[in-house]
Amino acid sequence: MSKILIRGAKVLGGEPQDVLIDGETIAAVGTGLDAEGAEVVEAGGKVLLPGLVDLHTHLREPGREDSETVLTGTRAAASGGYTTVFAMANTFPVADTAGVVEQVWRLGKESGYCDVRPVGAVTVGLEGVKLAELGAMHDSAAGVTVFSDDGKCVHDAVIMRRALEYVKAFDGVVAQHAQEPRLTEGAQMNEGVVSAELGLGGWPAVAEESVIARDVLLAEHVGSRVHICHLSTAGSVEIVRWAKSRGIQVTAEVTPHHLLLTDELVRTYDPVYKVNPPLRTERDVRALREALADGTIDIVATDHAPHPHEDKDCEWAAAAMGMVGLETALSVVQATMVDTGLLDWAGVADRMSAKPALIGRAAGQGRPVSAGEPANLTLVDTEYRGRVDPAGFASRSRNTPYEGRELPGRVTHTWLRGKATLVDGKLT
Amino acid sequence: MDTQPGSPPDARPVLEGPDIARVLTRIAHEIVERAKGADDVVLLGIPTRGVFLARRLAAKLEQITERKVPCGSLDITMYRDDLRMHPPRALARTEIPGDGLDGRLVVLVDDVLFSGRTIRAALDALNDIGRPRAVQLAVLVDRGHRELPIRADYVGKNLPTSLRETVKVQLAEEDGRDTVLLGAKAGQ
Amino acid sequence: MQRHLISAADLTRDDAVLILDTAEEMARVADRPIKKLPTLRGRTVVNLFFEDSTRTRISFEAAEKRLSADVINFTAKGSSVSKGESLKDTAQTLEAMGVDAVVIRHGASGAPYRLATSGWIDAHVINAGDGTHQHPTQALLDAFTMRRRLVGRDAGLGKDLGGRRITIVGDVLHSRVARSNVDLLHTLGAEVTLVAPPTLLPVGVESWPCEVSYDLDATLTKSDAVMMLRVQRERMNAAFFPTEREYSRRYGLDGDRMARMPEHAIVMHPGPMVRGMEITAEVADSGRCTVVEQVANGVSIRMAVLYLLLGGNEPAQTRTEEK
Repeated sequence: MSKILIRGAKVLGGEPQDVLIDGETIAAVGTGLDAEGAEVVEAGGKVLLPGLVDLHTHLREPGREDSETVLTGTRAAASGGYTTVFAMANTFPVADTAGVVEQVWRLGKESGYCDVRPVGAVTVGLEGVKLAELGAMHDSAAGVTVFSDDGKCVHDAVIMRRALEYVKAFDGVVAQHAQEPRLTEGAQMNEGVVSAELGLGGWPAVAEESVIARDVLLAEHVGSRVHICHLSTAGSVEIVRWAKSRGIQVTAEVTPHHLLLTDELVRTYDPVYKVNPPLRTERDVRALREALADGTIDIVATDHAPHPHEDKDCEWAAAAMGMVGLETALSVVQATMVDTGLLDWAGVADRMSAKPALIGRAAGQGRPVSAGEPANLTLVDTEYRGRVDPAGFASRSRNTPYEGRELPGRVTHTWLRGKATLVDGKLT
Repeated sequence: MDTQPGSPPDARPVLEGPDIARVLTRIAHEIVERAKGADDVVLLGIPTRGVFLARRLAAKLEQITERKVPCGSLDITMYRDDLRMHPPRALARTEIPGDGLDGRLVVLVDDVLFSGRTIRAALDALNDIGRPRAVQLAVLVDRGHRELPIRADYVGKNLPTSLRETVKVQLAEEDGRDTVLLGAKAGQ
Repeated sequence: MQRHLISAADLTRDDAVLILDTAEEMARVADRPIKKLPTLRGRTVVNLFFEDSTRTRISFEAAEKRLSADVINFTAKGSSVSKGESLKDTAQTLEAMGVDAVVIRHGASGAPYRLATSGWIDAHVINAGDGTHQHPTQALLDAFTMRRRLVGRDAGLGKDLGGRRITIVGDVLHSRVARSNVDLLHTLGAEVTLVAPPTLLPVGVESWPCEVSYDLDATLTKSDAVMMLRVQRERMNAAFFPTEREYSRRYGLDGDRMARMPEHAIVMHPGPMVRGMEITAEVADSGRCTVVEQVANGVSIRMAVLYLLLGGNEPAQTRTEEK
């Protein structure tokens, strides 16, 4: 088996150390490690993190291979420092059977760029009416542990209750896309000062908050854990904070874009800023950053949502919702959380690797950087400053809201169980 | 029309207030004479200063003929042939006297006759408004350099100029005093 | 002025007054035997209507033709647009045909802005109404009508609407007319009050430069002009208000209410009116109602906008911008 010595890396942002990888495992962490027989990677003060884990990725395959495939999506993930992605269920056909999740899981294995863990749909066809075969998906080769109708809300309280209860049998979790459907009919952007002016249909914060409030109470009632996808408002933060203080088993994620961007950008009517849930206000952004720092929000998840060019190169109302995010997530987190002093690199490792792996029960991922652990690692040049150029993306889609924006940090290396997937910023 | 605001520092007057009054009186008499009593004359001034001159001429004609002489204005902005060379200009008023122009002798009045393009535009504009019996042109100053086959019927003063010079008419109604200035073009 | 007219909020006070003054001169052309000016000869204007609006299209078309522009009408019905051709493809087709200006009506808020800023097209873009966003020429013709009636036809030249109190009543939430009017009337110095049931006011209205009231009777007595917005009966089904009868009782304008308005005050409506809903026939047909004038003024305003955007080698300049 091959050996790799990463020399002089700031492990979780600490003092420079050497990390020796032997085969699939971290063999040693220390200073002045012997390079004998090992390929040496000079880290030169870059930050070494455990491989990132994304609990919320849309890989689009099967069905929308024009926007992303498992292969291109996992290549994008490796470029962004990820070693695991959870692939959302809203594909065509929907991932609501063992057959579909196994197909996605197998495609992930074949790609070899990162682990792909399929998310199963909660209800058949994401229609919110009839429970999908959650147990069968769990028992399949894909071993599904996370269930979500993401893109749609499990809005029926009874269905949600049953799903929360049912997945307890195999330690699963329901990830809720919190969006009250009636309150968001025709919604195009955050409802507030900007929507009033632009004349775009409003997506009120209460449509998210009311569902989260209901679901944490349901989770408490039935003693289940519940995960909140892409939490986006200050009010949602308050509810989750309250629920956690009560001991309710709730976890929540925030996307990089909700940590950085606000609905003021919609004034351009450029659909690259159209996303669901929508970009909110400055006040929400502040609350989300604080909540991620204090642990109220557990993790960062990208909600990487690739769309073909034509679905964004049109008028706002006709455009698809969503943004790609795998290749910019860490940079946005550095800009919004690390460079602002809200979180250190150990905190980033927790929010982007350890916790998401824990929530999704992704064994062997999100582990400490220490001897004996699987060698899932990513090396980040945190001093780097550069403008985002979508032309260089590994993703098949280019719908990034950050084009031309200067962001800090760049992932230079990623290792998946000791195998390099990214070297010097280039995919292997 | 060379009617830029402000006068060049080295400009010299070629007509002063009394001269202007005198030539307008003369033109009024010429109109009466050529129009055989001027009973069907309508004066149309071309904004801005042509309108003031037309009003002054009308007053003089009324003194001579002891009859009311219809007087109006004709804005030619939207008929100009150089519209595409500048940003759009603010429009001035076109005011056609109540009885209209059909069958009348229309005398167009302007301050300076130069290339003739303003008058061409005015003839086009007239065409859309009515059918006068005849159209004549009265100007305070003719500075030459015609670019079109147009001439004035009544001229206050023939002023030979070079293209490097500028002629500026100031009238009390707009500028606080009556004078015609001849100067060098700005930047030359 | 900017290259395009997308929103009433893009106009400075001087821009707006210049448009109103220019429209006043354009209006005089309508009284002439030949209602035509050669000003836009050789310019091609496309009326790109993705939404049915015969009234607005005819108004623009009349304005374009009076200025001698070549006019192409492009309506979505029966065209390739309904077959899934995108706004972008349509725009590029028009660009290839060498059009100088696009007058666009679109059901999606922001479509004209997108057309003007996306690099799909070089032509000037004039917004003829987009979704629930803006309808700037409507606001201009409303302001023109108010200035004529409240200040005077000639006395109004060069003036704004400083100090006039304008009340806008009805479905503000779904109204691009209300948005444009609030912006423009504020720019022109008027004091605007919106009156509507709370359900028909957008969240965020508190940031607009106007007052908001739920009480029509209290506002009427202090209004120089009252603009009634159309209220679609379908809104009732979406629970914006309980019944038609209750709506007209609380927010409709009838003869009794009109009688309580100051004597000089006028009643306006962007049309088409829903008689019996927001306005009674008695009010609609009274001499204080300016609906028909508004239509006539629409042509003058659109001529003015077309001239000031397209008449020269660049849009008209006003003092504020030269500073």
